[in-house]
Amino acid sequence: MADSMAPQMAQAAPGDTPGTTKRDFLMLTTAAFAAVGVGGIVWPFVSSMAPARDVLALASTEVDISPIAAGQSVTVMWRGKPVFVRNRTEEEVREARAVPLSELKDPATDESRVKKDNWLVVVGVCTHLGCVPLGQKPTDAKGDYNGWFCPCHGSHYDTSARIRRGPAPSNLLVPDYAFTSDTMIRIG
Amino acid sequence: MAIGLHDSDVKNPVLRWIDQRLPVITMMQKEYGTFPTPRNFNYFWNFGALAVITLTIMILTGVFLAMSYTAHTAHAFESVERIMRDVNYGWLIRYVHMNGASMFFIVVYIHIYRGMYYGSYKAPRELLWILGVVIFLLMMATAFLGYVLPWGQMSFWGATVITNLFSAFPLIGPEIVTWLWGGFSVDNPTLNRFFSLHYLLPFVITGVVFLHVAALHVTGSNNPLGIEPKGPQDTLPFHPYYTVKDSVGMVAYFAVFAFLVFFMPNYLGHPDNYIPANPLVTPAHIVPEWYFLPFYAILRAVPDKLGGVLMMFGSIMVWFALPWLDTSKVRSMRFRPVARIFFFLWVISFFVLMYVGGKPAEQPYVIIAQLATAYYFLWFLVILPLLGKFERTLPLPESIAAAVLGPKASTGGGPLPAAATAKPMEKA
Amino acid sequence: MKLLKALAVAAAVAASSPALAAGEAPAPPNARFGFNSFFGSFDRAAQQRGFQVYKEVCAACHGMRLLSYRNLLDLGLSEPAVRSIAASVNVQDGPNDEGQMFERPARLSDRFRSPFPNEQAARAGNNGALPPDLSVIVKARHDGANYVRALLTGYVEPPAGVTVAPGMHYNEYFPGHQIAMPNVLNDGQVEFADGTRATVDQMARDVTTFLAWAAEPEMEQRKQMGVKILIFLAILGGLVYATKRKMWAAVKH
Repeated sequence: MADSMAPQMAQAAPGDTPGTTKRDFLMLTTAAFAAVGVGGIVWPFVSSMAPARDVLALASTEVDISPIAAGQSVTVMWRGKPVFVRNRTEEEVREARAVPLSELKDPATDESRVKKDNWLVVVGVCTHLGCVPLGQKPTDAKGDYNGWFCPCHGSHYDTSARIRRGPAPSNLLVPDYAFTSDTMIRIG
Repeated sequence: MAIGLHDSDVKNPVLRWIDQRLPVITMMQKEYGTFPTPRNFNYFWNFGALAVITLTIMILTGVFLAMSYTAHTAHAFESVERIMRDVNYGWLIRYVHMNGASMFFIVVYIHIYRGMYYGSYKAPRELLWILGVVIFLLMMATAFLGYVLPWGQMSFWGATVITNLFSAFPLIGPEIVTWLWGGFSVDNPTLNRFFSLHYLLPFVITGVVFLHVAALHVTGSNNPLGIEPKGPQDTLPFHPYYTVKDSVGMVAYFAVFAFLVFFMPNYLGHPDNYIPANPLVTPAHIVPEWYFLPFYAILRAVPDKLGGVLMMFGSIMVWFALPWLDTSKVRSMRFRPVARIFFFLWVISFFVLMYVGGKPAEQPYVIIAQLATAYYFLWFLVILPLLGKFERTLPLPESIAAAVLGPKASTGGGPLPAAATAKPMEKA
Repeated sequence: MKLLKALAVAAAVAASSPALAAGEAPAPPNARFGFNSFFGSFDRAAQQRGFQVYKEVCAACHGMRLLSYRNLLDLGLSEPAVRSIAASVNVQDGPNDEGQMFERPARLSDRFRSPFPNEQAARAGNNGALPPDLSVIVKARHDGANYVRALLTGYVEPPAGVTVAPGMHYNEYFPGHQIAMPNVLNDGQVEFADGTRATVDQMARDVTTFLAWAAEPEMEQRKQMGVKILIFLAILGGLVYATKRKMWAAVKH
């Protein structure tokens, strides 16, 4: 950049051959202008690989949570990803809240991760490399912290779906959701 | 001869007419006919030609598979099984393509080890080596993209895990992943672009292979002694000597290839990839194809996500720097008794990584992977630079001809002369 | 290695901690299927009996959507026989001129009819479990044929101390041991036309043979072609090597 500016400034200085500097300036301006054009051509191609409008339109999904008994979970699809909706037992809530923040790899209180004490809603995608952790079915391995366990690379999540051990860097993501009634939630 | 026409030696009038206007026949004659080639190649020098043959086979079978394949999440799995069941010889073409990927990596790994052992990357062949590493990276990308296409469980989860690697990069990581997917998970847009790129990249590879071969024909080939030919007594014309020797290797190679395709076509694959992709169920053990396992093991050996990703990419990037990391003047490890031992240890570490990469992420595999990863990098970054300074190399023969024809042709055939192994090691 | 694995599993079970490997099962015994050997082919009679077992037992829950009725000709069944097998099943076709979907007897070109119209219906009808499609099941499991046979004959009483969840069944060879599929094979359950006694083991072997063929219908052709190509390459290899020797004879290298 500094180099390209030099002839431009030199133009005002007397003693230079004006023809050369003018030519350099013109060439640079032309090249820069052409570069903008090339950028303009490249962008539609790059952008075409980003999510298309129909993909973006699949924004939200509704879940009826009335059939989920305490201690049970369901998995619903949202944007092609599983979302875990768990009706936690009091024991599990107590367990999640008894942990001091200092013990957590990605500190977050359980209260900050739920909207109603017993209902936990998280995206069921391991934050390491995107596998679906086990723990939704009663027969699944739940890991050492009684929450979820990712079979791919051994990440353990607790009853608040926070990462406790293993390579995952952060807690299972809490999606945007809202209770539209006592028995309905809307995700997204 | 008319002005501007090439001065052709070709006798046949039709071919001569062509050669005068586009001297391809002269060029072939020069590069593959009389091309002076060191007279002392061993069979490890077959593998470059074998790689070209495999690339051709892959492109050919791939083009025909694409005629029957459907790149859609709802149809991909069935379209592959239709190829296997209903398309005439579809099973043959698909099994050749599927096992061809494995054969390609076997050939290229041997080609790379050969280059490393005989110091083929050293000046003046640095760029030749770098182009080779570029080809290897393109091959990895192509193989990964291709493995996704049958849309089985391993396809889907492999794609998910590998694309998620990019989410490790700070700030823009998640955006990159969404962009790669064209959505919020691996889905139909992902499958479509993977198919498009899988079809494209082999032709890019072909282009880089041309550059690789062109660079080779500027410097000429290295050879098992690692000393440059000094004159015509050191070389033989490529044809017929090496065309026929490559043919021997080719037939042997085809026999191995055919054995795999016809008698154990699924041996190197994973049974889970015959289960259609299911975004809700992750298979118990996700493993990439065998040829990625060493790098996958390095990824898992590091407990930190970004660190693991960087180490994994770094494990190949370090190959680019190899010509400058190896400070020794001597090319061939035949004359480097100490380096040879550490190099074999490196090859072993590579295979150990391959083994633990296929095992679950539990102890003791994690610690083994960490030790092997440590040695992998130690070899490139510490041992190799230091060896150039401290290793006492064996005396080099005066010339290739002297070594081959001389009264005491002492440097036996094998890559590992027995006399030279044991003692010098103690000095290291 | 095996011992280590066994110890690890034993330790995991003893401590009743979640086994990381999600329940290792013992390796299935080698059932010595002929088609598993290098030059082996399928036993036609076993294939036909196996199809009968599939049709009368498995097909109640498991589809084979990649197979068509015409494929049964490969089993050595006559065309009229296959036509009548197909015609005994109604498949959906349409829409007709009135725009309605309708049912008609299946033809040779139709795919096997699946017992459930979709995954959700299959789960609803099976207590939440999904009976997998069997088209490629033998390719889709480690040591496929031996595993399928072992699974079908692997129903045993659960060992003391193991509680089997409601709706689940204990199977020695299923990973995790708890499988939703009940033991479906009982002695004498089907009547084979060729007079073979329908013991549980016989039926399991036969249906496994049928499923192995369904997964790899090209296998016999593949092996035959492989033998020819290897012979060809052996001869070519000899010729090329002789040529090479001859050509290099005058050169020291």
